[in-house]
Amino acid sequence: MDFPILSWMIFIPLIGGMFILCTPKEMEKTIKGLALVFSFIPLVLAGMVYVNFNPKIADLQFVEKMLWIPVFNVHYHVGLDGLSISIFLLTALLTFLSILISCNITKRVKEYFILFLILETGMLGVFVAMDLFLFYIFWEVVLLPMYFLIGVWGGARRRYAAIKFVLYTVIGSLIMLVGILCVYFTSMPHTMDIIELSKTCSFAREFQNLMFFLFFIGFAVKVPIWPFHTWLPDAHVEAPTAASVILAGILLKMGIYGFLRVSFPIFPDAAIYFAYPFAVLGVINIIYGACTAMAQNDLKKMIAYSSISHMGFCLIAMGALTVTGINGAVIQMFTHGAVTGSLFMLVGVIYDRAHTRNIDEFSGLWHRMPIYTGLMTVAVLASLGLPGLAGFIGEFVCLMGTFVSTFAGFKLLAILSTSGVVITAIYLLWMMERVFWRDLNPKWEHLMDIDKRELLAIIPLIIVIILIGVCPKLLVDLMNVSTTQIVHEIMP
Amino acid sequence: MINNAWLIPAIPFIVFLIITFFSKRFRNFSSCLSIGGMFVSFLASCMVLRELAAGGQKHYEFSLPWFRSGEFQMEVGMLIDPLSSIMLLVVTLVSTMVQLYSRGYLSTEKSIDFSRYYSFISLFTFSMLGLVLANNFVTIFCCWELVGLCSYLLIGFWHHKPSAAAAAKKAFIITRLADAGFLIGILCVGLYAGTFNFLSIEGLIHDGQISPQILTIMAILIFLGAMGKSAQFPFHTWLPDAMEGPSPVSALIHAATMVAAGVYLVARTYTMFDAGPNALLVVGYIGGFTALFAASIGLCQNDIKRILAYSTLSQLGYMMLALGVGGFSACMFHLTTHAFFKALLFLAAGSVIHAMHSNEIWDAGGLRKKMPITAIVFIIGSLAIAGVPPFAGFWSKEEVLMAAYSSGHMPLFIMGEIGALMTAFYMFRICFVVFGGETRKHDAHPHESPWVMTVPMCILAFLAITAGFIDSPWLNHWFRNFVSFGSHHGEGHEGHLVTIISLSAAGLGILGAWLVYGIKVVNLDFVKKTFIYKLLFGKYFFDEIYDTIIVKPFVELTKGSVRFDQVVIDGLVNGVANVTAGCGMLVRRIQTGLVQSYVLTMVVGIIILLVIWMWGA
Repeated sequence: MDFPILSWMIFIPLIGGMFILCTPKEMEKTIKGLALVFSFIPLVLAGMVYVNFNPKIADLQFVEKMLWIPVFNVHYHVGLDGLSISIFLLTALLTFLSILISCNITKRVKEYFILFLILETGMLGVFVAMDLFLFYIFWEVVLLPMYFLIGVWGGARRRYAAIKFVLYTVIGSLIMLVGILCVYFTSMPHTMDIIELSKTCSFAREFQNLMFFLFFIGFAVKVPIWPFHTWLPDAHVEAPTAASVILAGILLKMGIYGFLRVSFPIFPDAAIYFAYPFAVLGVINIIYGACTAMAQNDLKKMIAYSSISHMGFCLIAMGALTVTGINGAVIQMFTHGAVTGSLFMLVGVIYDRAHTRNIDEFSGLWHRMPIYTGLMTVAVLASLGLPGLAGFIGEFVCLMGTFVSTFAGFKLLAILSTSGVVITAIYLLWMMERVFWRDLNPKWEHLMDIDKRELLAIIPLIIVIILIGVCPKLLVDLMNVSTTQIVHEIMP
Repeated sequence: MINNAWLIPAIPFIVFLIITFFSKRFRNFSSCLSIGGMFVSFLASCMVLRELAAGGQKHYEFSLPWFRSGEFQMEVGMLIDPLSSIMLLVVTLVSTMVQLYSRGYLSTEKSIDFSRYYSFISLFTFSMLGLVLANNFVTIFCCWELVGLCSYLLIGFWHHKPSAAAAAKKAFIITRLADAGFLIGILCVGLYAGTFNFLSIEGLIHDGQISPQILTIMAILIFLGAMGKSAQFPFHTWLPDAMEGPSPVSALIHAATMVAAGVYLVARTYTMFDAGPNALLVVGYIGGFTALFAASIGLCQNDIKRILAYSTLSQLGYMMLALGVGGFSACMFHLTTHAFFKALLFLAAGSVIHAMHSNEIWDAGGLRKKMPITAIVFIIGSLAIAGVPPFAGFWSKEEVLMAAYSSGHMPLFIMGEIGALMTAFYMFRICFVVFGGETRKHDAHPHESPWVMTVPMCILAFLAITAGFIDSPWLNHWFRNFVSFGSHHGEGHEGHLVTIISLSAAGLGILGAWLVYGIKVVNLDFVKKTFIYKLLFGKYFFDEIYDTIIVKPFVELTKGSVRFDQVVIDGLVNGVANVTAGCGMLVRRIQTGLVQSYVLTMVVGIIILLVIWMWGA
């Protein structure tokens, strides 16, 4: 393909941001319209990418490569393979829906949508960048808009949350930058190209271990892996709805994706060396996240901790280093993005109406909001891994991949992680009981059911959840070949 | 018809979609569509059974690839053999009857709730039929969870009632706990067999490809799932609470079909249990114990539906017991007859509740005059479950006990017989209290239910009388020849001794109930003061025990993890931040921006350096 579709997808939102910049800030309708259009175009292009993607090829597709900074041998190199396509497509979808759901904001409308579009550019870039330098730039581009989204449009403790978020991630990514530079100066010839590094360079084992560790810090903060997770609940609680959706739906996956794209292929020996710590941290994430979610009263905080728990499945499955395991991690990335994205949107809907997210203050909302309750039920059931909905596929393939690992003891870890599935069911159903079932709390007599715009933003995600749950082939077939190749390169 | 058997589950699924998306507000349309669709499914099931019974192939398998990950190919498929075809018939028949009955029972509900009921029950029937037809572990697990979901939604049909909400949640969570075991079992199957297909696994087992120790572990893990769904001890506590749902739901889901899915699962994977040493023993003893344990609780309860729930537990225990002693066809036979007479009993109980607006047996009384049809069908159901010939339960229970006796596991046989005695007692306790005697609650005006409720009851009553004949000597033991499991012959030895013991157990139970509740020769107030009564009335206090040793510590644990998160981890994070900020503040004091103070500091510094230098010199 000669048409540089990936670059267009990445930079159209940025161009849209420029347009909005030139629009007077009083023209809020125009600004919102522009934001919608410039996030819809990448979505259409994403559809074309999906149609033209050939799942039978393990290597990169839609590649664009040109020399960018000759002195450092840095290239502008972008491309997609089975590892990144699913989350790349989800990014385009979730961003558009997030912009749609945030059309009711009134504070500093212009800045909000500019930041959101820059954020989209950064996220799309991270998932296609194949040069460490480019990857790092996009990685940092994501950070700042999110900082402002939380810090300006957030709730009461927004400054604390935003600073915590930014300090955590900056420290993580600085350590990663040290790693990138070390890799660059050690590789012969000096290169930052991820594909070249993973195919041709083989580093000494000790060096690999050290580098793996440096990158680990950078990625672990994003996932987040216990004990680097405490920024997440604070950030979620304070962030506006759309930012929460993006944070949980896409930003957390950048960490998992980083491991799969950078750490594992470039440092394969270290990946085997660190398999156990990885998987054990995964189990801690699952159980600790679920237990902590159980005792939360704030809906957003509960879902934030449930994200930590669900990300744990990706970790154990990656640690297992089996094809099914890596598949599981990629599937879980996608399904969790869709499911948690819809959960955060739904929580946003109720927060807009009730101005509280405290579970104990609600009761019997089913009576006033039947459609909303139905959608929430679907999202919750998907989150607790009910077959027929997307969440189950992710968890099942992750567990299967862990269970068949050739490393001793992984069966036990898989068995321990199933407890996470049970605890998830407990806290989510308990939440449903307290918020939606029982008698209506008279305080909420006036609540209106979900409106058309909100439905328009949430229904596509619900459709994706059901579609993937019923027909997982659509998703799994995309990645199978690429993940097989990765695993064979690590464990020949 | 066998080639189009996918229609049987597809019809209720389509009905579910139509009701959910289009006909929420049209009660008659929703219910008629659902009942009509179910009836078509029932006819199709009859045709499938007939074609299969006519001979030809032993089983038919159809499957589609679902998805592929690494070395695992997941499929969605159907397996039609005698086992599944019998279940198809039972599920579709009971579902049709229950749905018809529900039109009367729920007639006072709002249209939207009424349609919601029919959409959920269609979804349930779809999932249950899918479970029955599944040809591999992954598909059966998916349907397994879906029936659990429908059970959750229907127990909580009256979602405004806090007790119903709590019961629904409890049912889902306890079965989920057990399903975690089932899931691990499936993972084991995937790892050691490399396939999830039932027939392929059977082939592997016959070829000795899987070691017996592994098979035992797999079988017991799978049995864990079955224990959860069939509410076997120690997972039994959810089923009595599930009676918070409407009575027809209890009849369909919590008596006839879904709770029997656990039994069906063990039967479906029987090769695995058979080949793994000791696995069947575990099944048998869990079943036998539950049969006795639940029956004893049933003796002292006062809520008519809860008595029936304990009775269901106990009867499911019999089925497990039968499987454990190799009585494969006896189990399936008892499952079939039990589905008919227990659904009947629940529908009749619902009819009583509908009339009395109360679940308490002591509120009713003398209903034989006001509700003659209900009274007659209830007594028919009671006779069937008590095992009085020629009612259906006699034949099936007889076979179960016969299998236990001839297997040589005497403790199981004795448990079964004592359980049978208790069964007869508590069932006739209900009969004498509710239908006998005189009216107790005078402000209620009980009346016979409308025809939509009595007709299904009468049909089921007919089956409760006659269904046993399908395995009688007069029909050449048609049933056991049809569903027999391979070379197993642990069943079928004629023994008059067993028959005599069983009949006397049933007789004694009925006699006891008559003495205590019919002519009242025993002072009940005295009985109520005894320790054993309190123990049974309190259901052995299992709810309280679980609450103390599991629920409360777990809640404390979660609170502890939150504290750990806030104090230790966030404490460290904020600590680091504070130390950094503090250092910054300290250093900031020096940067005053006043040239004088810089000069002063400089001069002082030079003086100190000079002093040190001179000292050194």
